[in-house]
Amino acid sequence: MSNSPKTLFDKVWDSHVVRQIADGPDVFFIDRHFIHEVTSPVAFLGLEQRGLGVLFPEKTFATADHNTPTINQHLPVEDPLSANQLLQLEKNTSKYGISHWGLGNPKNGIVHVVGPENGITLPGMTIVCGDSHTSTHGAFGAIAFGIGTSEVEMVLSSQCIMQPKPIKMRINVNGQLGKGVTPKDVALYIISKLSTSGATGYFVEYAGDVFENMSMEGRMTVCNLSIEMGARGGMIAPDQTTFDYINGRELAPKGADWDKQLAYWKTLKTDAGSDFDKEITFLASDIEPMITYGTNPGMGMGISRNIPQAKDLEGGASSYAKSLDYMGFEENDSMIGKKVDYVFIGSCTNGRIEDFRAFASIVKGRKKADHVTAWVVPGSHVVEAQIHEEGIYDILTEAGFALRQPGCSACLAMNDDKIPAGKYAVSTSNRNFEGRQGPGSRTLLASPLVAAAAAVTGVVTDPRQFL
Amino acid sequence: MAYDSFKVLRSSAVPLPIENVDTDQIIPARFLKATERKGFGDNLFRDWRYDKNDQAKSDFILNNPTYSGKILVGGKNFGSGSSREHAAWAIYDYGFRCVVSSFFADIFRGNSINVGVLPVQVSPEFLHQIFTAMEKDTKAELEISLPEQTITIVSTGASESFEINGYKKNNLLNGFDDIDYLQAMKGEIAKFALNR
Repeated sequence: MSNSPKTLFDKVWDSHVVRQIADGPDVFFIDRHFIHEVTSPVAFLGLEQRGLGVLFPEKTFATADHNTPTINQHLPVEDPLSANQLLQLEKNTSKYGISHWGLGNPKNGIVHVVGPENGITLPGMTIVCGDSHTSTHGAFGAIAFGIGTSEVEMVLSSQCIMQPKPIKMRINVNGQLGKGVTPKDVALYIISKLSTSGATGYFVEYAGDVFENMSMEGRMTVCNLSIEMGARGGMIAPDQTTFDYINGRELAPKGADWDKQLAYWKTLKTDAGSDFDKEITFLASDIEPMITYGTNPGMGMGISRNIPQAKDLEGGASSYAKSLDYMGFEENDSMIGKKVDYVFIGSCTNGRIEDFRAFASIVKGRKKADHVTAWVVPGSHVVEAQIHEEGIYDILTEAGFALRQPGCSACLAMNDDKIPAGKYAVSTSNRNFEGRQGPGSRTLLASPLVAAAAAVTGVVTDPRQFL
Repeated sequence: MAYDSFKVLRSSAVPLPIENVDTDQIIPARFLKATERKGFGDNLFRDWRYDKNDQAKSDFILNNPTYSGKILVGGKNFGSGSSREHAAWAIYDYGFRCVVSSFFADIFRGNSINVGVLPVQVSPEFLHQIFTAMEKDTKAELEISLPEQTITIVSTGASESFEINGYKKNNLLNGFDDIDYLQAMKGEIAKFALNR
């Protein structure tokens, strides 16, 4: 081994290459594979058609989350297509001996919430799932990214995928975040600066004191959104915050194994003098609470600003006009004061306990605006239990909010949690694409604090006035 | 084998000069509930193609009979968003074998090749030339040669080369896929796993 400085990303990537193909991808070994009901059935079908088995069933973990209802989960799922996908997941996992946390299981929840909270996600691992927000797990210093169904079949049958090694970008954010500025705002700010394709082809490392001082929940939110600037994934070097989070979780290493792994995890940082293909630095003090006004996550801005003019932006004016037309907004509009019909807090981006604490900090002692429909959806049953234990449930109830059951819910609206056509939703999720939250729905992405401020006032509101 | 091999494709094309076409537009999430890879082409660009009463929107390009072909030409950053391979399946199932753009999102690019749809990335200038040629003649043909790694506007003769790694090129030329390759090296993988 050479002694030249290596990045965190290089250290983890290089140790997982089974074979390098000349003028081709690396054969890349996967430590942990998460599957869910929507992107796995065709992969299992492929295995059957080819007569293949699952090579390492103990390295794959299944949960049901994408199409599941968020009320009455004890009843049979009404939609026959969703019910069939859930049944197939149960059958397939049972057939091949794969762990399955289905609907009703106390460990059930959104795949990117339950992986970390059960100690499945660990530093230095390679983690994939047929879901682009798999980048979430990079918060632990893992290389984690979303894959297609053909690749799900590859991992099941060979525990490997074929991947060209991405190039490297480091994004530094230094300084102190202002009042009301959350990890979600940091991520939306970065995406607004880079655009939805600014990091395509790159794997990102986040560095600087803003991330060092962030909780694991916050780091997961940031890494989760890496895909929204086109990056394959994002990662943060593990530190004491990471180790404290993992220690004691059910499937995390214990005893001598813990000591051994901890020693390895402590080596997982970028060496001084390492090269990146691109490096960008932002100042924490430039970031304010963010909100999106358009139809991709790059179309975001500080909540106190006005919608930009097409002439000030790169990119096609016609696509920009199409986007604003869909949203029913005009150039130069202020977002503050715009009417909000729906509020959604939840998803793999903002469905963890810290997000509900933030939401509760504003709704406490206030009332939900009458015309607002609010969906409060925990990321998992574990988060749901924490909401009860910490008294957040009582705060929500007193303020007129009902707590739903865990799942992806209105983030992608595969279940009944759909925003009606033309309605505006302030959403803590990750995508504001046309129709993402239901045909014709209009999504404003924001943090749990901005969502809470909108929920109690009924209009887009700067949350800092409540803090 | 999951798809037909790809060598030289000469066809008219369908222009979609919109930037950041995301996979939620290509195939909305509510159509991801199948457990088999069948029929996704019917819902390709569903909400741009049909109104809420399932009536075809006449102003959308797939409903314009003057444009047809096996090649879809999209604006910059095509295929961003979700990792759903269903997007590539829908494009394939509709009858496209190639998508041309000046920039592709990573996961979509990989998924496309894995299901036999060739992503051809061209310069912004060449993309503009293609759109111009298609405005002039709705049946304007493009010729895509995978062996030569070139794309040509047949009417003008303008041509550009495109990138694809040798391994993936060989797969597409022969209709092989990654699973075949990985199965052939299972012993090596098992040994690697043991030493980890």
